[in-house]
Amino acid sequence: MKVMPEKVSLVIIGGGPAGLAAALEAQRQGLTDILLIERDQQLGGILNQCIHTGFGLHYFGEELSGPEYADRFSTAFTTAGIACLLESHVLEITPDRVLTVISPLGIRKIAAGAVILAMGCRERPRGALGIPGTRCAGVLTAGMAQRLLNLQGMMPGQSIVILGSGDIGLIMARRLTLEGAKVEAVVELMPYSSGLTRNVVQCLQDYEIPLLLSHTVVETHGRERLIGVTLAPVHPQSRKPDLAQTRFIACDTLLLSVGLIPENELSLGAGVVLDPATRGPRVDQRLGTSQPGIFACGNVLHVHDLVDDVSREAEQAARSAVAFLNETDLPAPQADFSTGRLPDQHLAAPAGWPFPEQPSLLPILAGPGIRSVVPQLISRDRIPETLRLAFRPARVYRSASICLRDGQGQLIIKSQRRILTPGEEARLTIPASHWPAVTAGHWQLSIEV
Amino acid sequence: MHDVVIIGAGVIGCAIAREVSRYKLRVLVLDQASDVCEGTSKANSGIIHAGYDATPGTRKAHYNVRGNPLVYQWAQELSVPCQNNTSLVLAFSETDLPRIDALIERGQQNGVTGLRKVSREEVLDREPLVNPAIAGALLAETGGIVSPYGLTIALAEHAAVNGVEFRLNCQVQALAHQTDLDGGQTNFIIETSQGPVQARAIVNAAGVFADRLHNTLSQDTLTITARRGEYWMLDKRIGAQFCATLFQLPTDKGKGILVTPTVEQTLILGPTSDPVPDKMDTRTTAAKLEEILEAAAQTWPGLRKDSFITSFSGLRAHLAEGDFRVGRVPDVPGYYLAAGIESPGLTAAPAIAIDLAELIATDFNLALKPEFLSPPPPIPGFSLKQLADPDELDNLAAEIARDPAMGRMVCRCEQVTEAQIRAAIRRPVGARTLDGIKRRTRANMGRCQGGFCTPRILEILAEELGCDSTDLTKSGGQSRILTGQLGVEA
Ligand SMILES: Cc1cc2nc3c(=O)[nH]c(=O)nc-3n(C[C@H](O)[C@H](O)[C@H](O)COP(=O)(O)OP(=O)(O)OC[C@H]3O[C@@H](n4cnc5c(N)ncnc54)[C@H](O)[C@@H]3O)c2cc1C
Ligand SMILES: Cc1cc2nc3c(=O)[nH]c(=O)nc-3n(C[C@H](O)[C@H](O)[C@H](O)COP(=O)(O)OP(=O)(O)OC[C@H]3O[C@@H](n4cnc5c(N)ncnc54)[C@H](O)[C@@H]3O)c2cc1C
Repeated sequence: MKVMPEKVSLVIIGGGPAGLAAALEAQRQGLTDILLIERDQQLGGILNQCIHTGFGLHYFGEELSGPEYADRFSTAFTTAGIACLLESHVLEITPDRVLTVISPLGIRKIAAGAVILAMGCRERPRGALGIPGTRCAGVLTAGMAQRLLNLQGMMPGQSIVILGSGDIGLIMARRLTLEGAKVEAVVELMPYSSGLTRNVVQCLQDYEIPLLLSHTVVETHGRERLIGVTLAPVHPQSRKPDLAQTRFIACDTLLLSVGLIPENELSLGAGVVLDPATRGPRVDQRLGTSQPGIFACGNVLHVHDLVDDVSREAEQAARSAVAFLNETDLPAPQADFSTGRLPDQHLAAPAGWPFPEQPSLLPILAGPGIRSVVPQLISRDRIPETLRLAFRPARVYRSASICLRDGQGQLIIKSQRRILTPGEEARLTIPASHWPAVTAGHWQLSIEV
Repeated sequence: MHDVVIIGAGVIGCAIAREVSRYKLRVLVLDQASDVCEGTSKANSGIIHAGYDATPGTRKAHYNVRGNPLVYQWAQELSVPCQNNTSLVLAFSETDLPRIDALIERGQQNGVTGLRKVSREEVLDREPLVNPAIAGALLAETGGIVSPYGLTIALAEHAAVNGVEFRLNCQVQALAHQTDLDGGQTNFIIETSQGPVQARAIVNAAGVFADRLHNTLSQDTLTITARRGEYWMLDKRIGAQFCATLFQLPTDKGKGILVTPTVEQTLILGPTSDPVPDKMDTRTTAAKLEEILEAAAQTWPGLRKDSFITSFSGLRAHLAEGDFRVGRVPDVPGYYLAAGIESPGLTAAPAIAIDLAELIATDFNLALKPEFLSPPPPIPGFSLKQLADPDELDNLAAEIARDPAMGRMVCRCEQVTEAQIRAAIRRPVGARTLDGIKRRTRANMGRCQGGFCTPRILEILAEELGCDSTDLTKSGGQSRILTGQLGVEA
C-alpha cells in the first residue's frame, strides 16, 4: 500500500462557515480544482451546536440559528459540486504546502497550489487558569457543555456556576436554565463582561442570573463530583483575588467560558508566523500569511463575534488565493513576515513587537488602547480599494476616538465611537480616498479619549 | 477460595501480582478504586531514582538501588515509555559544594554507580537553560524517568494475561484469620464491599491505607500519615526544555522542588511536602502552587506563568520509622506487607515485588508455571514522527485498511484515534472511565484538556461497555460526568 502524493490547486482546511464560504467564493472566481477537508462527519463546524438564533443578520438580513446559517452554505456547497473529504483530519502541512491527511479510508498526501486555513478555534481549558482545588468531575468548558446538550441531548449538570462571561458561557446560562438547571452565577474576573451586550441582556438579565464582575473562582471542592466552588473578589488593578473575602457557592458544575484560542498547531508546523495578541497568523490585507500561498480566515485567524464577519472574511481569503494561483510569479513575502523567532516566543512577545523594516510591507501596530488588530500588515504592492481593520480594545472606553496615524504621527483617519469594549470586536474602514502616499515606517492604530 | 489476595492495585500491588503470576496460583487483586493505578502511583514525579538519597542500610536504600536497573529492564519488556535522562542535583553556592561530595559518598555506600561532581560549566553545557548562578552539581548517570501509570497498567495487564483476576470498585473493610483445626492451616477472611473473600495468603499493598487494614490483623500496629506533594504540569507546547531531571540540594526547609521532563515531553514542577489529615485529600492549593513557582524559578529562571496546563497532587504513605516495611509479619503467618512505600517506591517496586513473590513461593512451596505468557503488545501507536518515514506511512495506511477506526481521529491534541480508544477499553484490565482512557491513550491530556473529544469518548465508552452515557464516570464512584438526558426525568 503506497501513499502517493496527489495535486490540487486549492485546499481548504476546515468545513465550518469560514471554509465553506471560501470554497464557494473560490469557485465563483472561476477556480474548479478545489478540495475542502473536514475532520467531522458533517459540514458546518461549530455552528452545528449553536442552536440559538442570532446568526446571519448582516449577511442574509435575517435572524437564523447556527445550523440554519451553516445549512445555507453547506447546501450551496453541495449543489456547487465542490470536492470535499469528510472524517478527514489534516495532520500536517509542510512549508511547501504538502498536506498529510488521515481518514478511515487511509492516508493521503496532497500537494496544494494554495492553502486556506479555516480550522476555527478551541476553548481555553481549566489548566490555563490554574484554579487550585480538587480535580473532580463536573468542571468543563462551556463549549463542551453546548455540544453535550445540543448534539447529544445530555445534561452536564443541575446547579451551575459559570466562570467567564464569554458569549458561549452566556448563551449556555440561558440554555441550561431553559432545560431546568439552576445557574447560580456567572463570575467574571474583569469589571466588564467579555461577551456581547445583547447576550448579557438576553441570556442573564432576562432570567435574573447574577453576573458577578471583578470576581473569580479560587478553589473547586468535591472529591468525585463537584460540590461547590469558592469565589473571591479581585483587586481592581492587580486582579489578584482577595482571599480574606471568600464565599462558598454550592454547585455540581463549573462551566468555563474564559476565552477562545485559534487552533494553529498546523500553521506553526507550516512555518506560519503568529501574532502574539490574536494567537492567529499575521496576515496582510489579502489575508496571506508569512508563507506564500497559505491564507487564513475565520476563527483560526482571530476570534470573531459574528459569523457574518467570518463568511465575508473567508470570501476575501478565497479571492486572494485564486489571485495567487493565477499569478504565482509574485515575489514571495516570506522573509518580510518572519523574525526568525521560535513560535513559542512569539506568543509571549508584547503587542506591537518590533518588526523588521521591509520596503514592501507596512506594519499596522496595535498602539495605546488596542489589544490586537487584523490585518497586521499592508502589502504596498497591492493597495486595496478600501481597507477594513478589525481590532479589539484593551479595555472599556466611552466616547473615544479610534485614530490611525502614520509613522510621523500624522492622522490618516479618525472615527468617533460611543462605546468600545474588549467583548466586541470593532472595525475601522479606510476608503481608498484616505490612502496617503504610503511612506516608510509603520502605521499605528490607537484609541484616544 | 483464592491462594493469594493482593490488596491495592498501585505499582506495588500490580508488580507483586505480575511476579506471583509466574507460579501455579489463583491470584486476586482487590482495589477500591474504579481502575488500577488510581492512588499514589498515578501522581508522582515518575523518576527512576539513582539511590544516592536514602540513608545507607535502610530498606529504602537497598530496594532503590536494586530496583533502578530493573525498572529500565521491565519498562523495556512491557513497552512502557522510559528514558535514562540522568539526574542533576544543583548546588546554588560554593559553600554547598561539600554537600555534593557527601551525597556522592552516601551513594557509593549504597552501591550506586555513575555518580560524579560536575562543574558549573559542564552543567550549563548540558542544560543551557539552567540558572547560570549555580556553583556545580551532582550528576547521577543512572537516573531516569518512566511513565508511572504506564508501568503500573502494563504490569496489571501482564498479570491478567497470566491469570490474575482484578476486582475493582471493591473496598476491603477488615482482615481476619481463622485456623482450620484439622489441618492446622490458616485461612484469611477478607471482608469487602462486595462480600467476603477467602485466601490462603494476603499481601497488603494498600498505600496510605495499609495501616488501617494491617491493624485489624496484627498486634504490631502501624501508623501511616499522608504527606501531600503538589505539582504543576506545563503545556506540551513549551516542550521538555531540559534533558536531565533537575533536583536542588535539600535544604533545612525541605527536599527542594524539582524540574523534570516527563516521558511524554512535558515538564513537571514540584513536589511540595505537607502532612494532610484526610488520606484522600489530593487537592492542590494556591499557596503551595505559588511556592513551587518560586522555588522552580531558582532552577529555571526562564519559567513563565502562562504555560501551565494543569496541577495535581499525590500522597506519600509515610511510616513514623521513615523506612519501607516489606516482608512477612511475624505474628500472622501467610500475611505479607509492603507498607510505608513512599519515594523512591516507584523505583523500588520491581525489587520489592521479586522479594515478596519469592517469600510467598518459599513459604507455600510453590512451583513455577510451565508457561509464562508474554505481555500483550502495546496499543497500536500513532505519532507524527511516523509520517516523515515513507515506510511507516505505508504501514499506517495498511493498518487503516485493516481497521478504518485507526484513521478516525478522536483526540486532535494528542492524536489519538478511535481504534486506540476502543483498544484501551478492550484490553485486559481495560479502561472503564474517562480517566482510564486518558492514562492508557493520552486522549484528554493535551492542550484542550478534553474540550473537543470528551463527548465522543463518552459515546465510544457507552457503546463498548453497553451502558448509558449517563452511567459513565471520570474515575468511578460518584464522579458521573453527565447528570441526565434531555426529556428523561432524573
Ligand atoms: C465551542 C464554541 C462555541 C461557539 N458558539 C458560538 C455561538 O453560540 N454563537 C456565535 O455567534 N459564535 C459562536 N462561536 C464562534 C463561532 O465559532 C464562529 O462564529 C464561527 O463558527 C467560526 O467559523 P470557522 O469556520 O472559523 O470555525 P469553525 O466553525 O470552528 O470550523 C472549523 C472547522 O475546521 C475543522 N478542522 C479544524 N482542524 C482541522 C484539521 N486539522 N483537519 C480537518 N478539519 C479541521 C473543524 O472540525 C471545524 O469543522 C463558538 C465557537 C466555539 C469554539
Ligand atoms: C509526591 C510524590 C512523588 C513521588 N515521586 C517518586 C519518584 O519520582 N520516584 C519514585 O520512585 N517514587 C516516587 N514516589 C513514590 C511512589 O509514587 C510510591 O512509592 C508508589 O506509587 C506507591 O505505590 P503503592 O502501590 O504502594 O501505592 P498506591 O499507588 O497508592 O496504591 C495503593 C492502592 O490501594 C488501594 N487501596 C487502599 N485501601 C484499600 C482498601 N481498603 N481496599 C481496597 N483497595 C485499597 C488504593 O485504591 C490504591 O490503588 C513519589 C510519591 C509521591 C507522593
